Parts: sequence; structure tokens; C-alpha cells
Amino acid sequence: MQLDLSALKNVGLEHFLIVSAILFSLGIYAVVTRKNAIMVLMGIELILNSANINFIAFSKYSTASLSGHLAAIFVIILAAAEAAIAIAIVLNIYKNFLTVNIDEVDRLKQ
Amino acid sequence: MSLFDVAFYILAIITVGSAIIVVSARSIIYSAFSLLFTFFGVAGLYVLLNADFIAVTQILIYVGGILVLIIFGVMLTTKVFDVPVRTETLHVGPAIVITGAIMGTLVGVILKTKWFDAFDVQWDGTTKKIGEKLMTDFLLPFEVASVVLLVALLGAVIIARKEKS
Repeated sequence: MQLDLSALKNVGLEHFLIVSAILFSLGIYAVVTRKNAIMVLMGIELILNSANINFIAFSKYSTASLSGHLAAIFVIILAAAEAAIAIAIVLNIYKNFLTVNIDEVDRLKQ
Repeated sequence: MSLFDVAFYILAIITVGSAIIVVSARSIIYSAFSLLFTFFGVAGLYVLLNADFIAVTQILIYVGGILVLIIFGVMLTTKVFDVPVRTETLHVGPAIVITGAIMGTLVGVILKTKWFDAFDVQWDGTTKKIGEKLMTDFLLPFEVASVVLLVALLGAVIIARKEKS
């Protein structure tokens, strides 16, 4: 496989995409390895941020329109709603099980 | 190397470095606080990409809202006084292999693909244009998003409320 690295000389679209890919993999890593439910949430936030970087980078370099910005705004809105609901669920789990480690919470009710 | 490149590399190092601390720190409080720097780094990348409105939104909502919510969650779900606030990990080896494979694939695809990046637009202020688009092309998603936020708010209150016993 021959990679053409000449595009990497000046900062452009590829650089932002690579940063976003790294953030995405780190988010997946946090989701997969952590036991604490709140750490899993932080991983999800990293993944959403990486998606947003992609949207904005393509909006600037590839489409020259603001549609990517609008998509990023809706992603941020949904991330806020998701975080609120998830924290509520985690607090409820803590109330019932006295732990938030997701490998110990394996029943639907007490 | 132009000033733009230098700013990009500094922000990228801040973002990726603090994200590595987020996923690897033993204490969940350290993770939450380095998530702060990740969000600020991403906001800086938005500024580099000429997205001023999104950058401010990122700081307002992620740092001012979601991060505070996450820290509240940490405080409310850990017994700070008797156990150290640590998080355990599991399957670290396989996870490193798999996420490394994912990252390698993504970076390889990004480098191999011939992207269409003919434009390099410089907007002077995106807020007005975003507002116009929200009221014309994206009116339906905008309204649906307001309903989603209302439902999420009510749902969160109902789920987290103390039951009377």
C-alpha cells in the first residue's frame, strides 16, 4: 500500500480528519474498557466531538456551505439531551444498586 | 510553517493529549478535568476552521453544561469519604488491539482517499448565516430539536426524582 504523504505538508482537510479519527478511537477505547458508567459517558462525548470536527472540516474545505455547521449544532443539542438522560439513569442505578459499575448491574430490578 | 499550522499543531496536541489522559487516568476526577481541556482544544480547532458560532456553542454547552453535569454525576455516585474515587478497567489488551486497528484503518483510509477539498472558504461571521439557514432550510429539524429537548428535560426529571415511599 503506497500512501501519498505530500498532502500533509500544509495543514488541510486531512489533518483535521486525522485528529478526529484519533479522538474517535480514544472514545471507543474508553467505552470498551471502563467499568464506571460515567466514564463510558465521557467516551461517548469524545466520539460526538470527533464527529463534529469532521462536519465542520468538510463544511470549510469541501462544500463551502454552512450545512455542516447546522449538523454540528444538532449533534450538540442531542449530546446535551443524551447527557441529561444518561446522568438521570445513572443516578437511578446508583440509588438501586449502590454502584455504577456496569459489569455489576446485570438485573433489570432488585 | 505558517502561523495557522503552528496553531493547529498546538491545539491538536492539547486535544489529543488531554483525551489520552481522559481515557487512561486512574481517578475519574482527573478524567473529568482533562475532558475540560479536550473540549477547549476542540473549540480552538473550530475557531481555526472559521466556525466561530460553533466554537462558542461548544464552550457554552459542553464546558458549561455537559461537563458540569458529568462532575455532578461523579460527585453523586461515588462515596468520596471512604473509598478512593477510582475506576477499574477491563479487557485492556484486546481493547488496545481493536481500537488500534480501528484507528489504523481510519487513518489509512483518510490518507489514501483523494478528498475533494478545492475550497478554502473564509467566512466573516457565521452567526447571521446560520440563523437564516435555521429559519429557512432547517426549520423542521429546529422545531423537532426543541421538542426533543423538552421531552429529554421532563424525562430526566421523572427518572431521577425521588419516589415517595
